[in-house]
Formats: sequence, structure tokens, C-alpha cells
Amino acid sequence: MLLITCPYCGVERPEIEFRYAGEAHIARPAEPSKLTDEEWAEYLYMRTNPKGLLAERWRHAHGCGRFFNAIRDTVSDRFVTIYKMGEAKPDLERLVVEAAQ
Amino acid sequence: MTQDFRTSAGGRIDRSSPVDFTFDGKAYRGFAGDTLASALLANGIHLVGRSYKYHRPRGIITAGSEEPNALVGIAREKGQNTPNLRAPQVEIYQGLNAESQNRYPSLSFDVGAVNDLLSPLFVAGFYYKTFMWPRSFWQKVYEPFIRSAAGLGKAPTDPDKDRYANHYAHCDVLVIGSGPAGLAAATAAAQSGARVILCDEQSELGGSLLHDRTSAVDGKPAVDWAADAIRALSENDKVTLLPRTTGFGYYAQNFVALAERVTDHLANPDPRLPRERLWQVRAKEVVIATGAIERPLVFPENDRPGVMMAEAGRIYLNRYGAMAGKRVVIATACDTAYRTAVDLKAAGVDVAVIADLRPDPAGVHVDAARSAGIRIEGACVVTGTKGRLRVKSARLGRIRPDGSVTAMGEEACDSLLMSGGWTPNVSLYSQSRGKVAWDEDAGAYLPGASVQHERSAGSCHGVFGLQAVLEDGYAAGENAARAVTSAAKRPKVPAVTGGEEGAGGTLGALPHDRDPARVRAFIDFQNDVTAKDVKLAVREGFHSIEHIKRYTTTGMATDQGRLSNMNALSVASKTLEKPIPQVGLTTFRQPYTPVTFGTFATTARGEAFDPVRRTPMHDWAVEKGAEFEDVSLWKRAWYFPKPGESMHDAVARECATVRESVGIFDATTLGKIEVVGPDAAEFLNRVYTNPFLKLGVGRLRYGIMLNEAGFIMDDGVVGRIAEERFHVTTTTGGAPRVLAHLEDYLQTEWPDLNVWLTSTTEQWAVIAVQGPKARDVIAPLVEGIDLSTESMPHMSVREGKICGVPTRLFRMSFTGEAGYEINVPASRGREVWDAVWNNVEAVGGAPYGTETMHVLRAEKGYIIVGQETDGTVVPDDVGMDWAVGKKKADFIGMRSLARPDIVVAGRKQLVGVLTNDPKVILEEGAQVTAEASPALKTPALGYVTSSYYSSALGRSMALAMIADGRGRMGDTLYVSTAEGAVAVEIVSPVFYDAEGGKQVA
Repeated sequence: MLLITCPYCGVERPEIEFRYAGEAHIARPAEPSKLTDEEWAEYLYMRTNPKGLLAERWRHAHGCGRFFNAIRDTVSDRFVTIYKMGEAKPDLERLVVEAAQ
Repeated sequence: MTQDFRTSAGGRIDRSSPVDFTFDGKAYRGFAGDTLASALLANGIHLVGRSYKYHRPRGIITAGSEEPNALVGIAREKGQNTPNLRAPQVEIYQGLNAESQNRYPSLSFDVGAVNDLLSPLFVAGFYYKTFMWPRSFWQKVYEPFIRSAAGLGKAPTDPDKDRYANHYAHCDVLVIGSGPAGLAAATAAAQSGARVILCDEQSELGGSLLHDRTSAVDGKPAVDWAADAIRALSENDKVTLLPRTTGFGYYAQNFVALAERVTDHLANPDPRLPRERLWQVRAKEVVIATGAIERPLVFPENDRPGVMMAEAGRIYLNRYGAMAGKRVVIATACDTAYRTAVDLKAAGVDVAVIADLRPDPAGVHVDAARSAGIRIEGACVVTGTKGRLRVKSARLGRIRPDGSVTAMGEEACDSLLMSGGWTPNVSLYSQSRGKVAWDEDAGAYLPGASVQHERSAGSCHGVFGLQAVLEDGYAAGENAARAVTSAAKRPKVPAVTGGEEGAGGTLGALPHDRDPARVRAFIDFQNDVTAKDVKLAVREGFHSIEHIKRYTTTGMATDQGRLSNMNALSVASKTLEKPIPQVGLTTFRQPYTPVTFGTFATTARGEAFDPVRRTPMHDWAVEKGAEFEDVSLWKRAWYFPKPGESMHDAVARECATVRESVGIFDATTLGKIEVVGPDAAEFLNRVYTNPFLKLGVGRLRYGIMLNEAGFIMDDGVVGRIAEERFHVTTTTGGAPRVLAHLEDYLQTEWPDLNVWLTSTTEQWAVIAVQGPKARDVIAPLVEGIDLSTESMPHMSVREGKICGVPTRLFRMSFTGEAGYEINVPASRGREVWDAVWNNVEAVGGAPYGTETMHVLRAEKGYIIVGQETDGTVVPDDVGMDWAVGKKKADFIGMRSLARPDIVVAGRKQLVGVLTNDPKVILEEGAQVTAEASPALKTPALGYVTSSYYSSALGRSMALAMIADGRGRMGDTLYVSTAEGAVAVEIVSPVFYDAEGGKQVA
């Protein structure tokens, strides 16, 4: 079971308090009706599914209820960084370089 | 039987405490401290089981949890049968009742042994080859045969009568394994002030020190040093010692699962104790000290009872005072077996010969054996054994320099002890997701880099020799402590005499002079996999070790291949002509050894399995004799049978009562969310298909919620209580999902909206009063609300009081009749219910349950999300295009409603279905077809979603989702039933009061 730090509560808690909420930084288009079918399908279904660092969303469902973002290594399950909703996405390539050092 | 094979003295058993037990119904005697395996050996018993495939007689091979053969069933009382326990792990107690497995009628005469004669049929992958034809044999002959032959022990059928406990624990350093490395690591960590948990799967801590007769640590016999170290740890408040506790699962972030066997070793356990305890440990640092496992030698007939691992022979002798035999042959490729020979000889056992594969065995261990007067043959290999149920002699051969073998004759023996060297036990490291690395010098896979906060210590990462192991253990404990406390200190490592590292070892099948077509050398004893099977698998194209494993089943036994993997790998590597690292190693997975279901379930059984949610009116329904159904975690009153009524009778009466008079229904379980804020209307307008901006205060609206893909995810009625306050209802099961969905959009997509969401499901009790007399029934109880249709029409909400209790009174209908849903604070629900019920009863009304609710709504063609919809249904599919706001710029899922696959013709649509025979009630889920007997592979047109008997119609009725359904009105189609297809007519899904006049009256 993973340990996850909620950036709003500021505490580390076991995974069962949280709910996974898919890949992060996929903003809903402002005007969906102006999108082509292909563009809309891209938004709906296409995800990066990387082997390595992934920006993803979690919700502290059985705590404060807030959604937040995290960078997790999908190979080791290690959380590299956790940040609040609305904060900029970290530079994943730089994180990979830092992790290698 | 007397204990003929018991030494006269020595061992850690209590010879003053005899223990009587039975094995296969026969009485034996052992001593307190014996395991089942050691007690049987002391009684001269080697034959303890039959192998899985060939039913070959098998004996005890090991002294640990890796035991492949000696699997037994232990029976206590009814509901306390445990199959497949490993005899070396079973501690005997007075009255123990053990049974061997996989034999009929008895161990010594087993009819299944005919499989051995038929062994050419059971080669690698036989189950993929043998049972292919004739096809008709599969169901009647092959499958029953395979099922009856599969598995070893018999799974118990009675409910488990024992209790199991769950324990969460945190520590600085978890040490798994309490041999010399683990004891040293725990000692070092504890002396640094760390909180330590030390666990070991055995009954006693100490590991190999418990059977080390010759080494000395710190000037003391090794076993005494171990006792002192354990005592010091036990006196430390920060240390938890857990014997009989297997570290079986290494999960993410140093979450380690331990299974503690609490009472299985006791004759009369304290009933207050759980049988087993699951420890879920979160350790800051882990030290893996799981030791190494001795490898069997792969020679023909190496599975004969009496053939045993050399170190096991030493363990049984020194720890339990049980001799493997009275005349023993030792076959080895490794120095450590010489220690066994020396100890056996000292105990008075006749050691016939040490047959060493190596041409010139030398070193301190060899010298010790030689000076004890034991015959040593170099370049000597065992090429077979004789004896039916126990080994009687070993065939020996000389290995020539060219690798060929010439016979050396036979050596009589009643036990053959073997050692192919040692395999570091990397199971837990592998479970921690570490990648093992091949070490050419060690001839073994060793732990590579740590992925988690763990380190291996001692022989599990290739460090051998007692002095080196202790040093390694102290260093591991100190380093682990240093990672969590600043005050780590290095204890003095004690000096060791004896316990020198034993060199040598071999991998794979040994050379022999026998006819290869006629002899079998076993690699995996439990699954009956021979060297030939592995070679055959390679010839048939299985080149990855993961494929070879699954095709031959080698390494799939309860030890996960800890005994067999390296030999199988070596045989595969030689056959493939590839070096071992290129062949790879199979992955070790949790659990390390089998764990009972009870331990996983712990206390989550029966009523404690899941929480139960009950409404404030639950007890009333119980008193009225209601039958209940589970809807998510809720208990809902299903129907209220009167004495003598069947379910059908009760539901028909309840339906008629609602349609003709009035019914009362507990709707408390509906999900409720309070939506408040200046932007509340704008928010709801974006999440529902319906327009919400212009919904007036005091009005209700039925709303459909889609996911972004356009599919219906929930529905419910929304009331506008004030300009900035809405009362949202959801389906009973959907409330948490809907709240998470709304929170998601509010927090992440539209954080600019000023809206708050609060779950109020538990705060409101909801009493539905439905039927022509509904208004008359509640009117006397209501204060401050004008109930007239002019003032309070269908789909409106008013605040006021009922029975003096504040209420949000909804005028709405899920039945097609005029009706109300009375929302009152949950704490007042029962008193209001009682008052309303008094009035309902007075006019001849009745309570009704969810079944009647379902029938009444189906008569009106109202959908239930999850029954008519399945996550692929858009509003138009269920005829609810009217609920989609065409003028809205956007709402969740709107764009998807224009996707090509949604606007395409031929989608399934909601229709009504009437069987030609009005008495036939269709099965929900039944397929709908155009013809009674469609040609094979014709897709169905659709399926039945709801089906009931309707008392209002006086006949059966059903709803169905059918391709182009609305274009098929009046058509005759067919629906499958158990008795064959029946003809049906496609009709409108609204069966009752199509004009809708009743609910607005």
C-alpha cells in the first residue's frame, strides 16, 4: 500500500484514504462544440501511459476531499513530487535527470 | 512404534515430555519440541506423501518451509481442517491428528501410482496435449478427471470456526529472519536505539545457530550465544520478537505483511486467542536475513523416500535428536555436507561414504571428515537408488576426466543425504521489486540495487561462513538504524571459531551411465518435473524461463521454486546453449509461503465484512415483517408480505393499493447533496443535460447527469429551495460517485465558480406518500403549506412543518400517481413516519417496498440508472431527448452526443415488450431476436432490462433495449427463455396512464 502526502492536509497517509483520478493536466476544452470529432476523442480517451514519470491526479477522498496532482514513477511507484491543483506541471525531463543524479 | 531413530541424548526436544500423535490414523510418540517431520523420522518414517502427477512415494526432503513432499492435512474439530501444511513446520502437540495426502487408499498402496507406469502420457505440457480429442470427451471424461486429480490436499468445506486478528505496526527496522545475520542485525539496530521487529517463520528464533554443534561465538557454543542475544533483545522495550511469523509479502514503500501462527502448535489453545494474526508492518528500514536454501542433486531416482538434503539431516540430528538413517550415503558437490557427515558419525550413525562430484575435495570440512575416519570418494556421483518405499541402496559411478561415468557398484544405505550447494534466498528482495543479478563467482543470483529502503544480510546475498555472516548482519543492522536515527553505533562483532564457509556446489542434471530413456531425475519434486521435461519444453520451442515454468510447472510448487529453480535454469541453459543470465529467472511473488484465507480476511467476515446502512424507519419495517434487499450498503424494505402471502401476492396487493388508495414508502436511501452558492444554478446547468438557470424557487426538475463521453451516469430530482440553494437527489447507489464527479469539476475545471457541495444523504429521512389519497393523508399533519394543486402543483417543493417538524415537502411522483416525498431531519424520521402511517392505515393504505416501486415505475416507463442503462446509453436511447437542453451552449457530455457513433442509426432504444402469452414473465437480461431460431452467429437485436407482472395491466410486461426499437412498434420479435423463444410485441414503454393525468391531479 502506497503512502501519499496530501498537500492540503500536509500529512502522509495510506493509500486507502485516497482515490486515483487519472492523468493530470488534461484541461477540458473551453468550447467543446468547436472541436472536431478527432480533437474531442483525443481529449476524451487519449492518455500518455508512460513507463516512468507520470503526472496524475489523486483525491484525498477520506480526508479533506481535495484533488491534487502528483508525479509518480509508474515503474517503482515512487512519488517524486506532489503539488496543489492549479500549480504548474513540473518539468518531467528535469526530474528524470535529477533522479538519475 | 518405538523411536528407533532417536539419538540417546541431545537436541532441543524435551525428552521428559512425551507427546502422542497420529499419522494416517496410526499412533506415534514424539517429544515436546518435535516437529511432525522430526517425530516421524525419529520413528523411522520417511514415506509421508505421494507426488502430484505420478503418485510416486515421497519422503521428507527438507527441514523447512521449502519442503515439497511432506505436505499433510491437520484436522482438529469440524471447521478446523487445514490441508497442505509442511510437516517440518508443524509442531506436534498431544493428540495431533495428521493425514497424508494425494493417495488412495493408503500411502504404501496407492492406486494413483498407475500414473507412474503411464508416465509417457504425462510429459511436459501433457494437459495441453493429451486431452484434446475426441472433443466430446472434454466435459464428461477429461475435465472431471483433471479436477479430481488436481491439487494435493482436500480443500475444507465447513465454515472456518477460528478467529483471525489484524495488527498494524510501525517500526524503525524490521528484520526478517533470525539466524546469525538477522540476530546480529536486530542486535545492532536495537543497540542504536531503533524500534525493531524481528520475525522468523520457525517456532524458535536462532536459525542455523540452533543446530550448530561445533562453532563458538564469543567463546560460547553458538547456540548459547544465540540464546543470550535473544534474551537481550527480549529485555529491550523497543524490540518486538515474533517467532512463528512468516514475512510473506513485501509491498510498496516498505509495507511488509507478516503472518503469525498463534495457536496451531497448542493442544488446548486459549479460546480468547486468534488462530493467526496478520501483521501489516510499515518499516522505515528492512533487513532481509532469510538465509540460503540447499539445492538438491539431480540424479536418477533422486526422489526415493530416504533421500534428503544434507543440511536437513544435520538439523534433524542436532536440533531434534532424530537420525535420517542408520547407514547413510552422502552425495555432495559442496563442503557443507561434510559437517553433516561428521555430526552423524559422532552420533553413532554409520556413514558409508561421502560421494563428492569434485575430483579432489579439500579444505577444513573435508579434513574434519577424513580425520573422523569417513570414507571419501572424489569424482564420484550417485547414478540411481533402489528400494520401493524407502531407499535401500545407492548406485555410485566414477566420473572420468572426459565426463563419462563408469559404474562403481552399489552402496547399501537407509538414507541418502545430498547437497548441490546453496541458493541465496532472494524471494523477499525480488518481491520488493529489486532486480537480481547473476554472480558468476557465487554461481547464484544475488540481490542487485535496492529499490526500497532495504538491505539483505548474510547468506541471502551470498555471504557465507559464520564470522562473515555475523559481521554482515551487524553492519546491516547498524546501517539500517543509521538511516532512521542519528545515534547509530557499531557493536563489537564477536569472534567466531568454526563455522567456516563451505566451498563448492553444482547446478543442473548430473552425469550418469544409465539409459536416459528409462530413468528420471527430478528437479521439482512437488510438481513431478524431471530434467527430461525441461529439455523437452526447450525442444518444443519454449525458450524463456517464464514460459518453461508455465509449460512444465517447474517452480510452481508451494516453495515457488526455491528448491528447483536453479537446477531447472541450468538444464534449460545447457539445452539452449545460452549462459544462465540470458535465460533469466522467474519472478518471486507474494506470498512467500501459503497463507490461510482467514489471515487475509482477519475480522472482515460475516456481519463485519461490510458496513450496513439502515434508515431511521428500518426497525418499523422489521416489525411489519418486511423482507429486505441490499442496495449498495443499504438495507431496503423489499416488500411487506402479510401472513400467507407470497412475494408475488404481496407486490400485487401493494401495487394495487398505491394505484387505488395510498402507499407509504421509505425513500431515505436516495443520495442527497446540498448545492449552495451564488453560482449554484450555473454549476447545475453545466452538470445536468436539462436547463437549470431558469428553474424557479419552489420548483422541482428531473435531471439527467452524463459523463463526458455522453453516457447517462445518474439521474434524480433537483429542487430549488432558494436563489442560491438547491436540494439535489441522486440514485441510492450513485451518491458517492456523483459527489466525487461534482467535486472534480468544481475543484479542477471551474474553480472560479462560487459553489459549495455538502453530502446530506444521512441528514434527511424521506417518506414517500403516493396514490390518489396522498394529499388527504398528509394534509392534517402539514402546517404552513397550501397543498392545493393550484398552489403546490406537481414538481414543486415547499418548506414548512409536518407534525411540528421542519420539512422540505416535495410534490413529485415516481409511481405515476399523485404523491409527495416528505424530507425531514433524520433524527425525526421515525416519529413523522409513525404519524403519516397512522393516517395511511386509517384510509386503508399500505406500506410498499422497492419491488413495488420498481413495478410502478416500470408501468410508467421510468428508467432506473443501472437497470435500463449500462454506461453506454445516451438520453435519446431511453427516449429522454426531451430532457436535453437544446439551447444550452455546453454541459458535461454535450459534445459527445454529436459523436458519429452516437448519432448513427441502429442504436438500441428503450421500448415496451408484451409477451403474446400474458402469463409469461420474461427473464431480465434475456436476448431479443428477430426470429425464433436465428442462424448461428446472428447478433441479438437487444435484451430485456426490466420484467414484472403488472397488476394494473393484469398481465406481464417488460422493458427492453432493442436496436431501432422505436421504429419497431407493433412488430413481433422473439425473446429467449429457458423453455425456448417466445413471441413478443414491441410497444411503447409507457404502459400506464400515458397521458400523465394522474400524477398532476
